[in-house]
Amino acid sequence: MFLLQSGTLKPYLAAVRRTLTAAMCLENFSSQIVEKHNKPEVEVRASKELLLTPILISRNDKEKVLIESSINSMRISIAVKQADDLEKLLCHNFTRFMTMRAEHFIILRRKPIEGYDISFLITNIHVEQMYKHKIVDFVIYFMEEIDREISEMKLSMNARARICAEEFLKRVSHLWCNRSR
Amino acid sequence: MTEVHNLGVDAISCHAWNKDRKEVAICPNNNEIQVYKRTSSGWKLLQNLQEHDMHVMGIDWAPNTNRIVTCSADKNAYVWTQEGDGKWNPAWVLLRINRAATCVKWSPLGTMLVKPFARSENKFAVGSGGRVIAVCYFVSENNWWQCKHIKRPLRSTVTTVDWHPDNKVLVAGSTDYKVRVFSAFISDMEDAPGNGPWGHSNTLGTLLAEFQNTPNGGGWIHSVVFSPCGNKICWVAHNSSICIADATKGNAVIRLYTEHLPFLNCVWMGSNSIVAVHKHGHSCMPMLYSIDDNGQLYFVSKLDNTQKKEAAGLSAMRKFQSLDRQARTDTNDNALDSIHQNTINCVRKVSNNEFSTSGLDGQLVVWDLKYVNKLIWLFNLAAGEFHCWSEDSIKKRNAAKEQKGGKNTVQN
Repeated sequence: MFLLQSGTLKPYLAAVRRTLTAAMCLENFSSQIVEKHNKPEVEVRASKELLLTPILISRNDKEKVLIESSINSMRISIAVKQADDLEKLLCHNFTRFMTMRAEHFIILRRKPIEGYDISFLITNIHVEQMYKHKIVDFVIYFMEEIDREISEMKLSMNARARICAEEFLKRVSHLWCNRSR
Repeated sequence: MTEVHNLGVDAISCHAWNKDRKEVAICPNNNEIQVYKRTSSGWKLLQNLQEHDMHVMGIDWAPNTNRIVTCSADKNAYVWTQEGDGKWNPAWVLLRINRAATCVKWSPLGTMLVKPFARSENKFAVGSGGRVIAVCYFVSENNWWQCKHIKRPLRSTVTTVDWHPDNKVLVAGSTDYKVRVFSAFISDMEDAPGNGPWGHSNTLGTLLAEFQNTPNGGGWIHSVVFSPCGNKICWVAHNSSICIADATKGNAVIRLYTEHLPFLNCVWMGSNSIVAVHKHGHSCMPMLYSIDDNGQLYFVSKLDNTQKKEAAGLSAMRKFQSLDRQARTDTNDNALDSIHQNTINCVRKVSNNEFSTSGLDGQLVVWDLKYVNKLIWLFNLAAGEFHCWSEDSIKKRNAAKEQKGGKNTVQN
């Protein structure tokens, strides 16, 4: 497996973009194992010669992207930054929300790869029907949006917790005041 | 002049011209084959050939015998012959393969022995996902198309086949990273095996040469073609390389690793000097490569000289924003800067200096190399884009020009 590391966001995204563009050279390919089947080889993994070396691009030990490619399909798995338990919970719920609606996202895989939070499966049919560079854009956009989304949710969660605590403490202070009177 | 034809289909997965280029057979990326005729008011659909059950993978139109052969992922191939009223009739081919047929090619010429179609395409080869090449020929006693198999040493799907001009040698590329040259001599119908530079054998399927894409592996072979003289083969593979093997030089292989995305197809233009190759990816355009006097491959030019579209109303702010957020400069680019807007799937040589391409954007483009060459030259001059030639190669080219008495090195 190739391993790329880059600390800051921009080179990280640029590396992902370049790798995706190269990995997305897909063509129509019928199965050579089962007759009249046409299955994504990256999922079937039946013929070794049809798979390319997977590439792991990591920003740090928590944020990484695994890109696996084959002759007619490619898989991109994203591990989202999760600093604490709250982020873990938010990320889990967020990705669950997405994967439950996977058919609307077309390229989204229903189940992420082991060790990653969310996976996309892109086949030659997707590349034929959609602009390839737009699919790449979408993945990049998704990668930056999910970070933002989760930190926003975390902020609003914290704000809500603060309001709740404030309200609760107000009551407590009332109690305190009453007793002292 | 580059002609762009729009046949009103969403995608074209493969196409084939008839002899005088008045008609074209295309596959709209499904199980149908459509035959169009060129009229003064555009392209007219003559017939929709519906016999296959699954994706049509290959079409080839024999120019002299005027027959179409098609193969498909449903493991079948049909030979279509035209009736008196112009309708195409299918004849099923006994392929005996158990996986998808991936590619098909008519042999260039035949022998006098086969009476009904003397001196014309009398065989065709079908590559298959079952690690088999079927070489098919017509048996008049039984009145059907029969085939013989080449099995060894194919280890994976055969992606591409091509015939030597002498009709008796076949080259195949497959996804096991290898290009193989086979004897395609069929003793039932041919009198003597050829004596070309690749060697000869009187049994079908004898391995005459085998080339690994790179010494330690490489990529899937996407396309392999014989040069017009038949002494060289050129192949393109998934490691973005273009390779040429020469039988007259002891099967020496010249490799050129390009910085582009992998090429899907290649075609020889001219006797042994120019190769036009097509790539798929972000910019879907054909590229021209050539062999210099030392036998080395070099890049000549891109053939798609469509001007870069001006980004209208792009503010500096948005530009930086996009650079910052998505690591790219252009923002709103639904259309690509090339003529083809999607992968080019099929390329055919039309005449000595013309070739046609079709892609998944539903466009059929005929490129004229003579015109394009001149235009590219001027364009490069104007834009000062001489960086595509290194100084050494310019010197070499100039020296070659002087030797040839100022003759243009790029032959059409």
